[in-house]
Amino acid sequence: MSLLEKFLSAKRKHEVRKSDLVFSFVLLAASSLIIVLFLAFFVFLIRQSLPVWKTYGLHFVFSSEWDPNTNEFGALPFISGTLFTSLFALLISVPVAVGAALFLTELAPKWIRVSFGFLIEMLAAIPSVVYGLWGIFVLVPIVREQIQPFFQYTLGYFSFFTGPPLGIGVFSASLILAIMILPTIAGISREIFLTVPIVNREAALSLGATRWEAIRLGVLQAALPGVVSAIIMGLGRALGETMAVTMLIGNRPEVVQSLFKPGATMASVIANEYPEASSDMHLAAMAAIGLVLFFVSLLVNTLAKIIVNRSKARLVRAE
Amino acid sequence: MSRNFDILKINRMASLRRQWTNRLMLALLFVAVVIAVLPLLMVFKHILVMGLPSLNWDFVTALPGPTGQIGGGMANAILGSFVMILIAAVISVPFGMAAGVFLSEYGDGKFGQFVDVVVDLVASLPSILIGLFVYSILVLPYKTFSALAGAVSLSLIMLPVVIKSTKEVMQLIPNQVREAGLALGLSRWRVIVSILVKGQIASILTGVMLAIARAAGETAPLLLTAFGNRNWLHSLTEPTASLPVQIYNYAISPYEDWHRQAWAGAFVLVALVFSLNIFSRLVVRMQRGIR
Repeated sequence: MSLLEKFLSAKRKHEVRKSDLVFSFVLLAASSLIIVLFLAFFVFLIRQSLPVWKTYGLHFVFSSEWDPNTNEFGALPFISGTLFTSLFALLISVPVAVGAALFLTELAPKWIRVSFGFLIEMLAAIPSVVYGLWGIFVLVPIVREQIQPFFQYTLGYFSFFTGPPLGIGVFSASLILAIMILPTIAGISREIFLTVPIVNREAALSLGATRWEAIRLGVLQAALPGVVSAIIMGLGRALGETMAVTMLIGNRPEVVQSLFKPGATMASVIANEYPEASSDMHLAAMAAIGLVLFFVSLLVNTLAKIIVNRSKARLVRAE
Repeated sequence: MSRNFDILKINRMASLRRQWTNRLMLALLFVAVVIAVLPLLMVFKHILVMGLPSLNWDFVTALPGPTGQIGGGMANAILGSFVMILIAAVISVPFGMAAGVFLSEYGDGKFGQFVDVVVDLVASLPSILIGLFVYSILVLPYKTFSALAGAVSLSLIMLPVVIKSTKEVMQLIPNQVREAGLALGLSRWRVIVSILVKGQIASILTGVMLAIARAAGETAPLLLTAFGNRNWLHSLTEPTASLPVQIYNYAISPYEDWHRQAWAGAFVLVALVFSLNIFSRLVVRMQRGIR
């Protein structure tokens, strides 16, 4: 019974103490705060960005011209930057994260499981700006002096791998993003693997499977929806990541064409240009980009929740 | 008696291909774990090697020096962070705990589910969007960056964390405890406040600690709200320096000395965040031990 029904249906006065009524509504008011805040957030975002929608309409999302001085605003470079860096980061991070989670739950002796698990969780606690700092002074030189020349020597024929030897660019940003979402994906995957009943593995082994086959058939297949939801949660985190990406991506507002060229993401352009936005239209454009980012992030996180609920329902039905 | 089991000869050994696939995949899994842990160890090492030597008394007490000159510290940034986090906690903890308790004790109906969804939504918002929001309501109308705006944005980041952790802690309490309290004749609010919350206050504060650790590392919203300052914090309505923003500004600057100071700042920040995290884990483990 909901709170209201309970209080409305109390037949006799002493079924509901006045103090209880007051207390519960105090709590209710406190909870309403977050709803009010969220609605205010949404309303303000739309209001701030209204000039942009009135002037450019939906064309804003598809245009790739970005010049605050001539009042030309198009969000495409940033949308492509966000999507590319996030998806590339997923590509790098998912095999490593899922593999690490599998190793820790299936193959590792207890002391490794506990210590490495702890280390991976501590990875998640490091602030984004520290990752950016490390990225600028450690990762970027490695990319510039070892990784980029390697790719350009072998695959440099393709325009996708061309670019100035800066180190800073889409690739470095994606790499740091991959490191940052790894603990998220690994952590959720680990929890999922732990919920798969041992019987699955034992059944596979008793049928003559090798250790890896037992893991693949017994654990991975059953845990697949959970792992997918872990991946999507990682994607959600990657989309909103600001500081480390801002520090490593070079902040050039052009659509992603090559791995080693500088670029920009929706979050990074807001962090870079917002404090010093030159005109009202500039501010509105930033808010509009924020709105797009909000919707993309909302979409991904809702998707993750739906998959999680669906896989939970399936588990319940199976029992 | 020797039985002839020839007809039952089953080749129980897996094919060579399967054996090699097995060895390869297991090796790859091990490699995955090593790759996963490697960046953390590298980050640790660099923070220690490059940050610790620069950490001297001067760093913690001095103000930033003139641009480009060697020397100076991050004292104002540390103070600014401290003050803003304090205010953020004062704002977000009461509301967060109240909402968390509401969701756990009264949250079965439609309204409770709705609040749940909204809390999850706000928790997953990119922090820069929160900065955008606070900018438009607290910075733009008053035409100034301020410590207050920074604190409000940090409180918005802390709020969903406190709500969720409080709710989870309260939901773990078995119903027998509630029923026992009611059976003793206590009113419902008494049961909640004096038995449930009081009993779990350690775990709830653990959640608050984790929220603080999260807020301490946030840079993006502060960039848009408190902006930064090269002097001491004088008033809450002035732009204020904070540790993460200072690290960011120094890291992207062209000055070697500022880079060195950025590493020192990173050391302080990571030490703070880690100690909060590890301390809260210890509290959880102690509580479990007591039970």
